[in-house]
Amino acid sequence: MTDWRDPAGLALALFLLGLLGLLARKNLVFVLMSVEIMLNAAGLLFIAAGMRWGTPDGQVMFIAVLNLAGAELAVGLVLLLRLRGRLTTLDGDAANLLRDAP
Amino acid sequence: MIAYLWLVPALPLLGAIMLGLCGGALPARINGAIGAGSVGLAAVVALCIGAAWLAHPPPQQLFTQVLWSWINLPGFSASIALALDPVSLLMMLIISVIGFFIHLFSTEYMQGEEGYSRYFAYLNLFVACMLLLVLASDLLVMFAGWEGVGVCSYLLVGFWFAEPANGGAAQKSFIVTRIADIAMLAGLLLLAVQFGTLDIHTVLAGAVAAWPAGTAMPALAASLLLIGGLGKSAQAPLQTWLPDAMAGPTPVSALIHAATMVTAGVYLVVRLHALFALAPGVLAAIGIGAALTVLLAAFAGLVQSDIKRVLAYSTMGQIGYMFLALGAGAWGAAMFHLLTHAVFKALLFLSAGAISMRLHHEQNIFAMGGLWRKLPAAFAAFAVGAACLAALPLVDCGFFSKEYLLAALWARGPWLWAIGIAGAFLTGLYIFRAFFTVFFGGAQTDVAGSYGPRIIVPLAALGAAALVIGWLQAPEFLGGAAAFSAFLAPAIGVAPATHLPVLVPLTGMAAPLAGMALAYTLHANGFWRRQGAATPGAVRRLCQTGFGFDAAYRFLFVTPFLVTVRALRQDPVDQAFGVLERLAVALHKNLRHAQNGKLRRYAGWMMAGSLATFLLLVFA
Amino acid sequence: MMFWAPAAIALITTALAITRANPVHALLWFVLSLLAMAVIFFGLGAAFAAALEVIVYAGAIVVLFLFVVMMLSLDRAAALREKMFIARPVWTVPVMFVAVLGGAIGMAMFRENLPVMAGRAVPPYDVALKLFTGDLPLVELASFLLLAGLVAAFHLGREAEK
Repeated sequence: MTDWRDPAGLALALFLLGLLGLLARKNLVFVLMSVEIMLNAAGLLFIAAGMRWGTPDGQVMFIAVLNLAGAELAVGLVLLLRLRGRLTTLDGDAANLLRDAP
Repeated sequence: MIAYLWLVPALPLLGAIMLGLCGGALPARINGAIGAGSVGLAAVVALCIGAAWLAHPPPQQLFTQVLWSWINLPGFSASIALALDPVSLLMMLIISVIGFFIHLFSTEYMQGEEGYSRYFAYLNLFVACMLLLVLASDLLVMFAGWEGVGVCSYLLVGFWFAEPANGGAAQKSFIVTRIADIAMLAGLLLLAVQFGTLDIHTVLAGAVAAWPAGTAMPALAASLLLIGGLGKSAQAPLQTWLPDAMAGPTPVSALIHAATMVTAGVYLVVRLHALFALAPGVLAAIGIGAALTVLLAAFAGLVQSDIKRVLAYSTMGQIGYMFLALGAGAWGAAMFHLLTHAVFKALLFLSAGAISMRLHHEQNIFAMGGLWRKLPAAFAAFAVGAACLAALPLVDCGFFSKEYLLAALWARGPWLWAIGIAGAFLTGLYIFRAFFTVFFGGAQTDVAGSYGPRIIVPLAALGAAALVIGWLQAPEFLGGAAAFSAFLAPAIGVAPATHLPVLVPLTGMAAPLAGMALAYTLHANGFWRRQGAATPGAVRRLCQTGFGFDAAYRFLFVTPFLVTVRALRQDPVDQAFGVLERLAVALHKNLRHAQNGKLRRYAGWMMAGSLATFLLLVFA
Repeated sequence: MMFWAPAAIALITTALAITRANPVHALLWFVLSLLAMAVIFFGLGAAFAAALEVIVYAGAIVVLFLFVVMMLSLDRAAALREKMFIARPVWTVPVMFVAVLGGAIGMAMFRENLPVMAGRAVPPYDVALKLFTGDLPLVELASFLLLAGLVAAFHLGREAEK
């Protein structure tokens, strides 16, 4: 078994990559994918923690995270499809009905 | 009989209330009757009280009548009470009797004026307040009367309020006297705190007991009260309001600015003479200020062309004489001059009013001339008044009072006497300049109308009094009658008898004669008319505007005040609060950019917030 | 060794995933990243988690994603537009921000010198025991969540009433 901080560091790096993708990409598909990357990174952290303390709680939380990712993705994709139907574009910034937005 | 003292101020007050409430509805004749009648009744009561007093004076020559208890606090108490002693009896008689004659005169002078009932209401109110002032047993009641006469003076000077200049003159008189009154109030508060009461006798007894002569406390109290008196009596440096107050109707000038209100300062000092005697420095200052005022007024009166302004400056100067006497400690001389001045100045103002009412209200002396033939009554009255004012020897009351006064000044110090003589010369000069210009020479304006009995009777009565009352107090070489000083002695003490060298009264007689002679010479020469017609040079302008006091005050007080007002017009405090408003708007404009509807931006901000929180938690 | 190779692969493939213009390509790179993660899980002793990662995450979730993307049928114009969206300047601010965040968290994590502690592999038996006795409410909640997601997806995905 490795020192828990190595997987933790990897989890941090992956999370940051996901965040980067979230902030930089306009296409909503990529935004959702970046969210998945971030959730996965969080799951890795949980597993690492569970390994360090030797309890099954880490893997149980990982199951919960997985669950969440699935449900969220389903609903998100449906909304994506609806948005595309309205605006014929996948650009997240286009969904902006705010008056006098700068 | 003396117990009816309360009626004397109450009757004019009742008249004022009646006229104020229903004067507008009553016909003018009734209003005049109420106005003059209330003061007349008060005069009758006052005369009866005076007679009773002379017959059976009360013990210690003092009668007190407590009306109501006003304030009753642990540290201070005051009651509304009237006190009668020789000084206040004299003042009461002056105010009510002369006041009655002036009211009578007004009923004809103001006939046909719009606001007739308002005029008499104000005038009655004035008489009531002035009577309250002189009869008050408590300084607080006196202050109430003091303020009351100030208000009535304002109302009456600004009587013809449609003309803005009149309103300005009224405001000027009120504001200047008000500033003086603040000092007086400070003095009253000082006394109240020290003695727990403002009852005059208690305060004076306490002051004499507690404060040694020449120390700071009596000097402070005396000087504060003096400033109030200076303002009310139009003495330097608070004299600027009196010439402009001539904007009011002439009978008002006669009553308020000649006979009564302006003498309130003199009355105040005489009333509290025990306190002033404890502060010799203040008395010396009074003397200096009065000397200044006498000379200032005399020079200014020499170059005026409005007859009322001539008389206004002469009032200023004559009150200056009274203050000279007060500065010398000669209370009796000051009071005698007050009495004679009230009579002859009222006479002068009423005759000036009588002249102008026949000349379509013309007041420029250079527009008058040769009137001795056409207006004999006014001529006689003015002649008597001018003689009194100049103190021509023997025939008039002014001579006797001025002699008495100059003798007291000589006893005190020769330089004060010298100023008095110089003033007497100048007085003779300027009043006879006006006299000759108005009544002699070629006629300039035509005369209309005639006099009714209500004009003639007051002029005659005052003229007769002016000729006779002088004999109440004659100098040594004329019999040495001392009825007046004997009458006042229980209240103000007896002045030590001094022997005067013969030169003193002779110079006193010669000076006004010399002035009159010079005035006649220059009149016959046509000098006065030429001088009046020519454009004034710098010296004349200076004298004409009262020696630049107005300009100085404008520079010192009015202009900075107006500048400050203009600077504050934008309300800097509000502007300061406006910063908050502008800040809020600016923040809004800037923060609005965060609500741009861009999804990724929102995500970015959320992460930034999380980062900040994280940093805070971990590193702080 | 068991850890660093898959770790490197995970990082590289994730970075590639987020920078592709074509969503399908990105998703495929993502799948590779997930497989590498599964290997890491196995290396950490969490065999059950590794299995779930492959079966559920890579096998169901990403496949769902792929179906939907293919349904979108992005054309050539859309691909060109996408290329424009990921031009170089777009990345500067996000990279800076992420660097700051990463630096901060990294410093926080690694500043203390803790002794290296060996971990323990957790067999599936322990996980099952915990899940179905102590954490039973979690199972129930998970089912609620899935039901909710199902209903929402079904409802929102319906064609509008004509």
